[in-house]
Amino acid sequence: MTVRVQTEDFDAGAEINRMRLIRPDTGAVAAFIGQVRDLNNGDRITALTLEHYPGMTEKALEAIVEQAKQRWDIFDALVVHRVGTLKPTDQIVLVVVSGAHRGEAFAACEFIMDYLKTEAPFWKKEQTSAGEHWVEARTSDDAARERWIKK
Amino acid sequence: MQITVLYFARLKESLKYSTEEMLLPENVSDIATLMTHLATRGGAWQEMFAGKQLVRAAINHALVTNDAKIKAGDEVAFFPPVTGG
Repeated sequence: MTVRVQTEDFDAGAEINRMRLIRPDTGAVAAFIGQVRDLNNGDRITALTLEHYPGMTEKALEAIVEQAKQRWDIFDALVVHRVGTLKPTDQIVLVVVSGAHRGEAFAACEFIMDYLKTEAPFWKKEQTSAGEHWVEARTSDDAARERWIKK
Repeated sequence: MQITVLYFARLKESLKYSTEEMLLPENVSDIATLMTHLATRGGAWQEMFAGKQLVRAAINHALVTNDAKIKAGDEVAFFPPVTGG
């Protein structure tokens, strides 16, 4: 289980390969990449700055991955999240989950992203042609997380 | 009691503060009363802690609700709803 917060870019292919080869009984590897869009709410984005809470961020991500491990029968999980200033099409986040079968790997990967979106202390600020502004949290992200809460 | 308070993102920018050591008055015991206390500083403080802004809090790196108790030496952080990923 690995969690990394970094300014540098990541090589998703290499990370997926590494995860694939940790255990020979791995039958499925699910991965998600989030990237910077050039358009948000009609504004043309020129850059995106990501701030975080060092210390808490790592703990929050580790707790999310731990929950996923307890809930699904997965082998390993990796989360890499970038901070600092990024440009459109730059990669922001990578989640890779391995397991014996695809169902558990897909579900755990989606769960990790939904929780990361609502519980990990990252904040985005967009630079646009019309100036800069903090990105507002979306209620659709809260709804995505709610789906996982057992009723 | 003394605590450390951290501010992030929009709060840090509006308050022009990222961190401070704070000696809490007697009547401050949890997140809600600390927010009320910070709002009395007026201006941006009032806007952030007593206005329409949604503010989340963490104590010692864990997200908490506004009724969470504060102990001496705690690291308390205030920030807007998160927007990573």
